Amino acid sequence: MRFLLMTTGDPQATGTPPDENLMIEMGKFIEEMTQAGVLLATGGLDPNGVHIKNSGGEITVTDGPFAEAKEAVVGFALIDVRSKEEAIELSKRFWKIVGDGEGEIRQVFGP
Amino acid sequence: MTASDTHRAIDAVWRLESARIIAGLTRMMRDVGVAEELAQDALVVALEKWPESGVPDNPGAWLMATAKHRAIDLLRRNKRLETKQEQLGRELETGQDATEAEIDAALDDDVGDDVLRLMFISCHPVLSTESRVALTLRLLGGLTTDEIARAFLVPEPTVAQRIVRAKRTLSKKQIPFEVPPEAERAARLSSVLEVLYLVFNEGYSATAGDDWMRPALCQEALRLGRVLAELAPKEPEVHGLVALMEIQASRSAARTGPSGEPIPLLEQNRGRWDQLLIRRGFAALLRAEGAGAPLGPYVLQGAIAACHAQARTPEETDWARIATLYQALAHLTPSPVVELNRAVALGMAFGPAQGLELADRLVGEPALKNYHLLPSVRADFLARLGRSGEARSEYERAAALTRNERERQVLLERAAASAS
Repeated sequence: MRFLLMTTGDPQATGTPPDENLMIEMGKFIEEMTQAGVLLATGGLDPNGVHIKNSGGEITVTDGPFAEAKEAVVGFALIDVRSKEEAIELSKRFWKIVGDGEGEIRQVFGP
Repeated sequence: MTASDTHRAIDAVWRLESARIIAGLTRMMRDVGVAEELAQDALVVALEKWPESGVPDNPGAWLMATAKHRAIDLLRRNKRLETKQEQLGRELETGQDATEAEIDAALDDDVGDDVLRLMFISCHPVLSTESRVALTLRLLGGLTTDEIARAFLVPEPTVAQRIVRAKRTLSKKQIPFEVPPEAERAARLSSVLEVLYLVFNEGYSATAGDDWMRPALCQEALRLGRVLAELAPKEPEVHGLVALMEIQASRSAARTGPSGEPIPLLEQNRGRWDQLLIRRGFAALLRAEGAGAPLGPYVLQGAIAACHAQARTPEETDWARIATLYQALAHLTPSPVVELNRAVALGMAFGPAQGLELADRLVGEPALKNYHLLPSVRADFLARLGRSGEARSEYERAAALTRNERERQVLLERAAASAS
């Protein structure tokens, strides 16, 4: 089954760039997940998104950034595992490398 | 966390880590059976302790350390520490700490290679095919005996026996825990690939019973294939098999109808094919073809699957290329089943008469005597040629031969349709 692991946060927050050590650790982790046949796709999201809304057939498109977006998805990993518990276990490993922060784990249905 | 949450968490950790733990222990103990027992012992300790203490920070390392300590105890008890150390190829040093440190070091490097060795030994040709399958799912997939038994519709004691016997055979014949030397490598690798593809197919097209799909087996075979592709990246056939499995798996959602009836490839809704898996399949195929070696049977089958995946509509299918690929495949691995598939491709590329001509030549083949797809393919050609009476009896023959209940219904419907 597939799960989408998302990291959420304020996309406008200008945090310090991740240190070299973290990048190395993360690189290793990603490589390990690929080797384990688990990682299908991963990426970071551009903070300058576009908001789109359909209201009674009228579609409004608004360019970001959005001042109020404190909990936007800023990064994701799509993984293929055998159970929700495996997804949680792998997500724990990810967060141990990253440090403080938060995210969500959702099962992906389809296609 | 409740106790059952913890148990599920332990189960997940076990599935993620058991292959590496068993592989590392096998290198240390030179015996797959002993290694698995030690790993299981560590799991039992975890099941006792973790519900109270909580899951440790690095559960995989915890399990490995616990198993290693038990391994060292066992070696000491058997007073075989010195000989085992020699086998590890390390110089002897005095003192217990040095010994443990050395074993640690031996275990820590090349975990990936150990997993590769574990695949080779689990699929060793000295074992029967059933044993290879059972042992692979058990040691590399972390499946329980019960799960394997349910997937293959055999009694649990049968699977348990296969595993016990396989481990005993490997031990008795002193099969080395190694990546096979160059001279044996191709044959040994093809034994591994055969096991993975067999597991995949068992899941993909259940040969018996009402259950058309057993997705867990497909997923496990695909996962192990992806792992193998990273461990043996220079082997084109590994990438070929991965391509084949990725592309076949991409059709999972499209290949059964609402009531579970099978939908043939050409009638599937291609919008439901999983494009992510298709792209992974194409990528694997490129890696295979990039190796520059002559195309092996799995690469050819992957390429055939890719032809279908590339076509946005059934009409766009490049059947002439598929027929050529089947010809190349027949050249490498002559088989009436491959010829039958070539007949289908020829029929699609150059008309039913050409296809039927080849299919007719296969009628006397002993290997196809009870194979439902031969009459089913002939029936399709006959129907397209307007020979509906013959088509009907061939559909009926095919329906009588298939072991899949839903497929039988589809064939009987076609028989009825060709009568009108």
